[in-house]
Amino acid sequence: MHHCSNKMASSPDKISPELPVVLILKPPEVFKVHEELFCQRFHFLRAWESTLPTDQFLTTYAQSIQALFCNSFTPIPAHVIRLLPSLRLIVTSSVGVNHIDLHECRRQGIKVANIAKVFTDDVADIAVGLLIDVLRKVSAGDQYVRSGSRIWSDFPLGYKLGGKRVGIVGLGSIGLEVAKRLEAFGCIVSYNSRMKKPSVPFLHYANVCELALNSDVLIICCSLTEQTYHMINREVLSALGKHGFIVNIARGSIVDEKELVRCLVQGEIGGAGLDVFADEPNVPDDLFELENVVLSPHRGVFTDETMWECYELVSGNLEAFFSNKPLLTMVHNDD
Amino acid sequence: MAATSSEFHDSNINNDGLPLVFYHCGQKYRGIPFREWIGTRYRLLEPSDSTFPTLSCSVRVLLCVGISEVTSEILDQLPSLECVVGSSVGVNHIDVAECCRRGIKVTSAGDAFTEDVADYAVGLLIAVLRRLSSADRFVRDGMWPVKGEYPLGLKLGGKQVGIVGLGSIGSEIAKRLEAFGCIIAYNSRKKKELVTFPYYETIHDLARNSDALIVCCTLTNETHHLINKEVLTALGKTGVIVNVGRGPLIDEKELVQSLLHGEIGGAALDVFENEPHVPEELLALNNVVLSAHKAVTTPESFSALVRVIVGNLDAFFAKQPFLSEVEPI
Repeated sequence: MHHCSNKMASSPDKISPELPVVLILKPPEVFKVHEELFCQRFHFLRAWESTLPTDQFLTTYAQSIQALFCNSFTPIPAHVIRLLPSLRLIVTSSVGVNHIDLHECRRQGIKVANIAKVFTDDVADIAVGLLIDVLRKVSAGDQYVRSGSRIWSDFPLGYKLGGKRVGIVGLGSIGLEVAKRLEAFGCIVSYNSRMKKPSVPFLHYANVCELALNSDVLIICCSLTEQTYHMINREVLSALGKHGFIVNIARGSIVDEKELVRCLVQGEIGGAGLDVFADEPNVPDDLFELENVVLSPHRGVFTDETMWECYELVSGNLEAFFSNKPLLTMVHNDD
Repeated sequence: MAATSSEFHDSNINNDGLPLVFYHCGQKYRGIPFREWIGTRYRLLEPSDSTFPTLSCSVRVLLCVGISEVTSEILDQLPSLECVVGSSVGVNHIDVAECCRRGIKVTSAGDAFTEDVADYAVGLLIAVLRRLSSADRFVRDGMWPVKGEYPLGLKLGGKQVGIVGLGSIGSEIAKRLEAFGCIIAYNSRKKKELVTFPYYETIHDLARNSDALIVCCTLTNETHHLINKEVLTALGKTGVIVNVGRGPLIDEKELVQSLLHGEIGGAALDVFENEPHVPEELLALNNVVLSAHKAVTTPESFSALVRVIVGNLDAFFAKQPFLSEVEPI
C-alpha cells in the first residue's frame, strides 16, 4: 500500500503545497479501507505513527493544522482542541458526535461535520436483524448446529415478531427507518423522543419508563448526551420486564450496562441484541454464556457500499472546507 | 368386547363419543405435543394401541405429525381412509398422487406458519449479508479486543432479491424486504397476473439478475434440485442464497462446492437434504448461517397450527369444506 505521507511525521516543512493537510490521531476504518483514494486528494499528518506522545506531537507538528479527521472511537476533548490553534474543522466518520467536545468547538468557532444519513439504512437494517436474531434465536441456532447437536426438536421455541409492541427510543432518521421496516412485519410502533413529532402516526410516550411499560421490545436509536447517559436504567429495565427485549445500536452508555447484564443474567428481561457497549471493545464476560443475547462488534455501519459512501462524504466535506464552500453535512452545534 | 365393524363404519365414533383419528407420528416427532393439544377432542389411534387391528379398518382420517412419511404402504393399512390432515406447509412427505388416486383428500398447515417463516427468512438474509452470527461468535470468542476489526458485510438496500416461489410465504417475504429498499423479482410455476414484481421464466434467469435468492417454493418432482450448479454459477461470487423451503430444492453437494470455492458469496440454510445431517464442510465456513429447521418455531405458530388442524379435522367430520386443502398438481 502506498504510504504517501510517511515523511510527514518527521518533516512537516516538506509538505507539498498542492494537497491540503489533514490531521489524523488514529485512523478511522474508512481511512484504512480507502487510504489510497484519500491520499490522492489530501496529505495526512499521521499522529499515530509517531513515537512522540500525542500532546507533544501536536505541539510540535500540528500548529498550522486546520482540519482534523477522526471517528467515534477517538475522543476529541477540549484540551486536544486547545493544542490546535489553527483548527477550523473536525470531520468525524460517524453519526454520533458525543466524542467531540462540542462546547469547546462552539467557543472556538470550529465547525463539525459528521456523515449524517450515510449509515441510516445500514444501522436500521442491523437493528431489525438483531431483533429477529434475538427473538428467533438465529445466531444461537447457528451455534447449536455448528456444535453438532442432532436433536433438532430440542431447540427452544422463539418469539413471534408480528404483533409485538416496539418502543423506539429516539425517533430521528434512524428511528424512523427502523419503524418503517418493523411495520412491514406487523409490529406496533410507539416512541419516546425529546419532542413529540406531530407528523408521525406512532403513539408518543413522554418518558422512557412509560414507553418500556407499554412495549415488548425497546430499540435504542437516540444520541448519547448528558441527558441520555444511563437513561435505560434499572427502572426502565424493570418496566420492560421478563418477556421484554432490548436492542441497542446507538451508544453503549445510554444503557446502564452493569444493570443490563444483571437483569439478563437473572432473567429479569427476556433478551438483548447489542451492537454497542460502554467500553468497546470490551464486552462484559457474563454475556458470553447467555443464549438470549446477540453480540455485535459495533458493526452496525460496516458494509462495503456504505464504506464507499462514507469515503465520498468525508472527502467531500474536507474538499468543501478547503475550497471555502459550504460543508455537505455540518452538525448544527447550537446550545 | 369389540363393536361390530358396521357400527364403526357408520359413525366412526367410539365409546367416548369422540371422532376417531389415526395418529401418524414418526420417532423424530414424538416431542411435538399434539396429543396434549387435541387429545381431548378426538380419539387418537396409534399402531401400538391394542385396538389398532380392529379400528385400523374403519378409521377415516389420518393426522400426520411433523414430517412423518405417508406412503402407499401406510395407506394400504387404512382401507377406509378418506383424508390425510398434514401439520406442515410442505407435503412432499405425503404421497399426494397416490392419495388422489385413492380418492383421499389432503390438507396442510395452510397459512399457520406464513408470517413466522417470512420473518425468519428475512432474519436469515440479514444474518448472512451482515455476518451477524459469525460476528456474534467473534465477540464471544473474545476476539474483538484482540483483532479489532471484523470484515465488512453487504448492504441490504438496493439488492436485487429473487424470490423462488411466490406463494403466501414468498409474498410475505417480498413485502418485508421492500421496506428495506430491496428490489424484488420472482420465478414461480406460473406468472402471477396481479403481481407487479418482474417475473423471470426460468430460475436461471432469475439467479443471473439477483444478488440474493430466497427459496420458499414447494418440493415436488419438478422442483427437486431446482437450484443446481448452473443456477449457483448464475447467482455468482457475491450472490447469497437463503433456503426456508425444503433441503432437496437445492443440490446440496453442488452448494457446498460452490461455497468452498468462493463461487457464491454465502448461504443461510434452515433446511437440508438429510436432516439432521449438515455437511461438515459448512461448519467451518463463516459466510454461512445454519439453522435447525426452525423457521416455524414460535408458540404463536403452533397455536395457529392447532387451529388449522382442528379446523380441518372438524370440517372433515362435519362434511364441511376444508380450511387448507392441497390441490393435487
